[in-house]
Amino acid sequence: MTYFIIIITAIFVNNIVLNQFLGICPFLGVSKKISTAAGMSGAVMFVMVIATIVTYLIQTSVLAKDAIIEGVDLSFMQTITFILVIASLVQLVEIILKKVSPALYQALGVFLPLITTNCAILGVAIMTIQKDFSLMEGVVFAIASSIGFGLALVLFAGLREHMDLMHIPKGMKGIPIALVVAGILAMAFMGFSGLV
Amino acid sequence: MSQLKNFTKGLLKENPVFVLLLGMCPTLGVTTTAVNGLGMGLATTFVLVMSNMVVSIVKNGIPDKVRIPAFIVIIASFVTVVELTMQAYLPSLFDSLGLFIPLIVVNCVVLGRAEAFASKNKIGASIMDGLGMGIGFTLALTVLGAVRELLGAGEIFGLSIFDGSYGMLVFILPPGAFIVLGYLILIVNRLNKA
Amino acid sequence: MGSKKESTFINMVIALFIVTGIASTTLGFVYEFTKEPIALAKLNKKLDAIKAVVPTFDNNPDSVKFEIPVEGGDPVMAYPAKLGDKLVGTAIESYTMKGFSGLIKIMVGLKPDGTINNISVLEHKETPGLGTHMKDDWFSGQFIDKNPASFKVKVKKDGGDVDAITAATISSRAYCDALTRAYNAFMNQPKKEEMLLDTTPATDSTIVASTEGGVK
Repeated sequence: MTYFIIIITAIFVNNIVLNQFLGICPFLGVSKKISTAAGMSGAVMFVMVIATIVTYLIQTSVLAKDAIIEGVDLSFMQTITFILVIASLVQLVEIILKKVSPALYQALGVFLPLITTNCAILGVAIMTIQKDFSLMEGVVFAIASSIGFGLALVLFAGLREHMDLMHIPKGMKGIPIALVVAGILAMAFMGFSGLV
Repeated sequence: MSQLKNFTKGLLKENPVFVLLLGMCPTLGVTTTAVNGLGMGLATTFVLVMSNMVVSIVKNGIPDKVRIPAFIVIIASFVTVVELTMQAYLPSLFDSLGLFIPLIVVNCVVLGRAEAFASKNKIGASIMDGLGMGIGFTLALTVLGAVRELLGAGEIFGLSIFDGSYGMLVFILPPGAFIVLGYLILIVNRLNKA
Repeated sequence: MGSKKESTFINMVIALFIVTGIASTTLGFVYEFTKEPIALAKLNKKLDAIKAVVPTFDNNPDSVKFEIPVEGGDPVMAYPAKLGDKLVGTAIESYTMKGFSGLIKIMVGLKPDGTINNISVLEHKETPGLGTHMKDDWFSGQFIDKNPASFKVKVKKDGGDVDAITAATISSRAYCDALTRAYNAFMNQPKKEEMLLDTTPATDSTIVASTEGGVK
């Protein structure tokens, strides 16, 4: 698969939020304002790329069949290893960021702890393995997926900012109308299917 | 709080999906049919009950600072048990749930209950809480799956209700998941207020 | 139960060590325990797919499977089905990338002369309600007992003999593409004549014979 197809597929056709349903919690939780949505997207991209690289290396050098000892297949440990790696990575990124770039930490810091339980990160890490990507393809896939995440999140936040000014039936206020709007946004993204 | 209340609060009053809005990814992702919803719900229930039980047993042996990583390891182990067992005995359900089985590990419901309830309560209460939350989660997924299957394909649990060609396709596709869930939350909010 | 452990470094290390130790041991046991059922479930799934497309057989097609190279793409896997010593059909696991959402995998059952016995869809991501109709009997039924030598495996729009699915021409075309790939692979397989007569799997360099029998 060429990089171009991977990018277009991950951003538009199989958008990680609106088509794959990964990372719905931050999608609903931090989408009230465009600025926080953008911050969250940045943090997700940062962690997603690093996590994909690290989990990929662990998968190929430790967990895959015959990787350490001939005939030993540790891939059943994938779930538990990946989540531990992601959890510790998030901590590590937080510590390093605090030291190296206080400005970036200011911008992304509050979102980092939320990312451990963002299923988009674990989802992309596992999909990279399942799709038999090379390391480079995996990185491109992770970047494109996080752009897709950011696109969906920022678009949705923009819509929600506008909705604050609308007259919405009392019972529909908040989450119910947000979900219906997300549905319509997903419908719009369906127009991209068949693109590749 | 009585044991019964620990159990029933998860069904409607504190339903993890409709009220607490936790575990949205699998809720939206797998509910193209009622059977998928039910399968996913039961798998999550198993993980919830077991991890709640183990967490409440070991809670005093684990220092506060490493609480979360320890809980994650416990949860991930049970998820892997479910993963392997399903692959062995229910391969077709495993195929249709796909990626969302390993993703139970990041389902906020599971870690949320371990942290908010099981790490502070006795083992009996924790099991009841896990069971109630799990069944509430299962109920929500099954209802969502059934509504989408009915509107989209004219079937419920694979039983034909009306001719499938009159089904509104969009309800099986991703947008339908968001829209149906939005309206279901509206209905549950009403029920809870009454 | 004792009081809460302090968060000293030693305590933290010990606690995490014990938790991960117990977790990985347990998983190791569960893995050993489920290893065979998982392999069996996978094999059964494949055998069921083969059974659905070829006439009754009594051998284990998975143990005599072989790859047939395909020009400009991945090879396809062929599973010869035999009743006694006689080859009754070959199930070919074929694929296409031309589906509306990419990959479609089908299992095609061909009789020894190349006539289509039956077809089943193994894997696809087509649009529910449109492309998914390729699993319906009316669509796959039109291929049964047809020989691609005389029956043009192309949708009518492209000048073939196949009734396409309404509003899913791309899926129908992809289906035909996968089917054609299976048929061509079957007809052009190296040493085809020998394969038909010989009951032992060939070990020619172009034909990768699987040596392990039964459960893999």
